Amino acid sequence: MEILKRIADALQQGDDQRVGALTTEALGAGLPAGDILQQGLVAGMNVVGEQFRLREIFLPDVLLAARAMYAGLDLLKPHLAAEGVPSRGKVVLGTMKGDLHDIGKNLVGIMLKGAGFEVIDLGHDVAPEVFVDAAVREGATLIGMSALLTTTMTRMREVVALVRERGLAGKVRTIVGGAPVNADFAREIGADDYACDAARAVDRVRALLGA
Amino acid sequence: MREIVRFAKHEAVPEAREVLAAQGLPEEVALAPRLRRILDEAMSTAATLVEPRAVCEDLSADRFASVLAPLGVPADDLVVGRVYPRAEGLALFVATLGEALPGRIRQLFDEDALAEGWMLDAVASAGADLLADRLAERFRHALVARGMDDARVLPYSPGYCGWPTRGQRPLFDALRPEEIGVTLNDSCLMSPIKTVSGVLVAGPGEAHRFRPDFPFCHDCQTHECGWRMASVLGKA
Repeated sequence: MEILKRIADALQQGDDQRVGALTTEALGAGLPAGDILQQGLVAGMNVVGEQFRLREIFLPDVLLAARAMYAGLDLLKPHLAAEGVPSRGKVVLGTMKGDLHDIGKNLVGIMLKGAGFEVIDLGHDVAPEVFVDAAVREGATLIGMSALLTTTMTRMREVVALVRERGLAGKVRTIVGGAPVNADFAREIGADDYACDAARAVDRVRALLGA
Repeated sequence: MREIVRFAKHEAVPEAREVLAAQGLPEEVALAPRLRRILDEAMSTAATLVEPRAVCEDLSADRFASVLAPLGVPADDLVVGRVYPRAEGLALFVATLGEALPGRIRQLFDEDALAEGWMLDAVASAGADLLADRLAERFRHALVARGMDDARVLPYSPGYCGWPTRGQRPLFDALRPEEIGVTLNDSCLMSPIKTVSGVLVAGPGEAHRFRPDFPFCHDCQTHECGWRMASVLGKA
């Protein structure tokens, strides 16, 4: 559909007003909200994510696109609920206890929402048990942990251990990120995965959850 | 001597190129117009909203030992613990950009002005680091005036290189930065958020040299200690 491509193009331009107007137009034309989401908004974000990975655009470009995504998503939400369109999965995110650097975690949340995931953001200074309690309470299938400080990244290990202790391994996956963290560290602490930036986090979460 | 330092606003606003470089963005000349606009707005907002101030106090090695002691960690197990006995001068510091700028950043994110919020956060982070650098330079000048011509100053902060975040508590007890509006929460995190703290360690470049073979070095991926040491081991 031409209008879905125009939505995707407007989103790539970070034009939130145009995305909103086109989404309204598409809904008015009777297109299913699920199609507008997947073939318009998510398709546009996928291109943005790929351009970011290839370093053709930069993080602020991605954020402008994300804002445009929200403009469309806000209009779609009631229709998605009415159509019974499920989210791609529920994710709990937070920055580790003793750490208040949450901008990276916020970016991951923005990108995940843009990709159609439901995000429970626990904020910063989050204790290990709070991550796991929230995942159980919310029925989330993935815990995302962020740290900037070298002294707080070690607490990620405690979350992974708690997931195992509570018999949630395999049911609740874990992924880590942040400046001092890498794939080796993730493997060493037993996390399911690592993402070096927000765009890749979306890919990794999709892979982990089969979404 | 304990000193409250009031900076001019412009002293807390970093160069645009530093902000861009820190975020992996291209140089200003290559920046897309829409990003240029966001950067310009962020720099302008920061210049208006920063309320830069600091508290700094030089102290003896014995007194600094008493700041580390409540941690119950052998000093030799921390980078700063191994470095400070070689120092010719030490000064505790807390420097902040104030509450208005972080408040504006939160507001932008709340309004889904994500790119603008992110850019302003980047400017603020660089600005907070700039204040620490300015304090280090002030300290160095003071030491040179006392005849320590070869003094090289580096800031060391809780949260890095093994110095636990809970090390903020005794540092705050000693320095009392509440006077400049900086407080700690139960997790020893500072408010306002764009605040830096630690100890300025002054000495010959060699005073800062250490072998990064601490247990926590194994987990560290930034290896910032390398260029930090390099920055003070060269010629002045």
